[in-house]
Formats: sequence, C-alpha cells, structure tokens
Amino acid sequence: MASGVKPRVKAPKKAEAGEVVTIKTLISHKMESGQRKDKEGNIIPRSIINRFTCDFNGKNVIDVTLEPAISTNPYFEFEATIPEAGELKFTWYDDDGSVYDEAKNVAIG
Amino acid sequence: MKFKAMTAIAALAVSAPALLLADADDDTLIVNGEIEMITKAPAPEHLSGVLDEIVSGWHMRSDETQVMQADDFDNPGMIYTEQALDDWNAVNGTKGKSCASCHGDVEESMKGVRAVYPKWNDSKEKVYTMEMQINDCLTDGMGADAWKKSGAQMAAMEALISVQSRGMPMNVAIDGPAEATWEWGKELYYTRTGQLDLSCASCHEENYGNHIRSDHLSQGQTNGFPVYRLKNAKLTTVHGRFKGCVRDTRAETYSPGSDEFVALELYVASRGNGLSVEGPSVRN
Repeated sequence: MASGVKPRVKAPKKAEAGEVVTIKTLISHKMESGQRKDKEGNIIPRSIINRFTCDFNGKNVIDVTLEPAISTNPYFEFEATIPEAGELKFTWYDDDGSVYDEAKNVAIG
Repeated sequence: MKFKAMTAIAALAVSAPALLLADADDDTLIVNGEIEMITKAPAPEHLSGVLDEIVSGWHMRSDETQVMQADDFDNPGMIYTEQALDDWNAVNGTKGKSCASCHGDVEESMKGVRAVYPKWNDSKEKVYTMEMQINDCLTDGMGADAWKKSGAQMAAMEALISVQSRGMPMNVAIDGPAEATWEWGKELYYTRTGQLDLSCASCHEENYGNHIRSDHLSQGQTNGFPVYRLKNAKLTTVHGRFKGCVRDTRAETYSPGSDEFVALELYVASRGNGLSVEGPSVRN
C-alpha cells in the first residue's frame, strides 16, 4: 500500500427526498505516473489510483477511470440524487491492489 | 505607478472585459464561512511614501484559485496540516518527547504564533524564523535530528502552526534588537541581483498588478505562507519562494535558512503587517 493514503468525503448528512446534492471527495495519493525517473535514471514504477466509484444503497452513482496524467491527491466533485435515506459508499482502487473505502449516511428530512 | 495608469486607460479605451484589468480585484475572502480575512489593509507606517495599501496575493489570483482557499476541504494545503499533526503527536528523539509533550494542544499553544514570526530570540541573540525555532525544539528539546530547511516536513509543520493564527493580522516587531536585521533585510529587498538586474522592489513594489509574461505580479506578501502552489502541487515555504524569485533574476541564490533570507523574511513580513495570516493559502 502506498504511504500517506487517506480518503476524505464531504457529503450532506441530511437531504430532502429526491434532492440533488453535491458531494466532494479527495484522496491523498502521490499518483506516480510511471513517466518519471529517479536520481539513478531508473523509471519510477507507475502507482496511481486507477478507479473511483460511488454507490448509493448499492446503486452506482459514478464510476471513474483514472489515467496517469491525473495529478496528485485526486479530487472529485459531483452531484447525486438522494431518493431515500441510505448510505453513500465510496471506493478507490489502487494500482497495487489496495482498496480504500469510505461511507457516509444520508438521512431524509 | 505610471505603468498601471496606462494599463487602466488602455483597458478602458478598448473596453476590454474585466478579466484583462490587471489590478487587484474586490472579492472578499471568508474561509469556511467563518474566518473573515483582512486581505487589504492600510500600509504600515514604515512604508509611508512607498505604498498606500497592502494587498494579499490572493487578490491577484483567478476566481477558481481564490475559491479553493475559501473552504478547507477544497484547499489542498490542508492535507499537509493533517500530516503535520501526526508529527506533532509523534515521539521523536532521544528524550522520548513529542511536540505535544511540551506544547500540548496545537490549537491552543500555537494560536497567534505565526503572526509574530520572524521575531527576536533573546537567548540566541538573533532573529528567529519559525523554521529555526522548530529545529531548535527538535535538536535541543527532543534530542532528534533537525529537519531539512524548507523541506516538505518543515513546510507541513509551518502550515499546521499557521492555521492556528488564520485571520489574525500579521504583526512582526521591527524595532528594538530586531532593527539591525530588519535594516539589512530592507537593503536586500532593494538590491538588484542577477543578469536581469532585478530587485524584489522591481516587481513587487513598482509593478504589482502588472503582468510579467503570463504571471500576475503580487506585492510579494508573506502572510499566506506556506502556500500550496498548483504548479507543483505541494507546499512552498517563504525561503523556497525567495530562492525561486532570486533564481529568476538569474542570480546565484542564497540558501534557505541563510542569514540573508532570515533578514529578508523579517523585512518582507513587516511589509504585510496588518494583513491576515492565510497560511496555507492557495496560489498558482
């Protein structure tokens, strides 16, 4: 697992039924592109987050493929419709096989 | 100032969109909807006849960049404060102490610290920057190795300490024992260096608000340091920035942590007395 990886999510705790809410996510990750060389001239192997997903009560909200040109600490802001109370589940997939999770509950009212 | 007047007239003549107007904008910065920042203030007394108003570099940035600083979740610099908090609580060195062993809760003990640094250190009999103080704590207080001057770990710790003073006006002391260092810093500020023969004042006093190539020149205030720079996606310290500026005049630079940069940091900080501490700010 890459070092210093920490997912962060900002989502509302409450929403009206059917409301469209804004969700912000950020994961600290160095997103090593695989294009750089170290001091000895050897290529530093690629190590990026290659996929990010968000599900609401098991239903997919967004599914993103990330490429090496995406900068360090990738940040996503997107909207989701909240039809009922439930759980937003966020998942980041690392090149090295690690999976990072975060979940937020949204209440109706 | 002649230049700026010309720019303004030219812009009016062709009725260019607001985007092309070079001067500082009139936006206000409120962080997290709570902390109201003083981003424009009357110039401190020692600048009378030189500047009327001091302006944070925040005003020189695009709306998109400005907005990033208004919310801690959007401010990428805040990631580093979390990392520094781990360092703050980590036991390090032969004496088995962490920063917290002596200083307790960073939110309490470091409040207001950033606003008064660099400042005179009585026992060492010289002007101390936050970096010097942090390294003294590490070596003498904790029996640990000093951190690299202006390195990533140092910048993060400076960010953590700065956050505790956000919104408070910069207020470095320039009289008393610090005066000689301040005078030296002033001399360095007005000394032209490099093949391009530029002093700090050439850009940041005589031409702020104008563009140097595509870059919108600020007054070079240090109230926002350490800054998260979008161009290199990490925190930059005051001395790191000084080094970049001097290098850009095509001169051989002083080193981060050198006596010259300490003096210059004190002088430049004093030019911002009255502006809110913003660190970690977001710039391009």
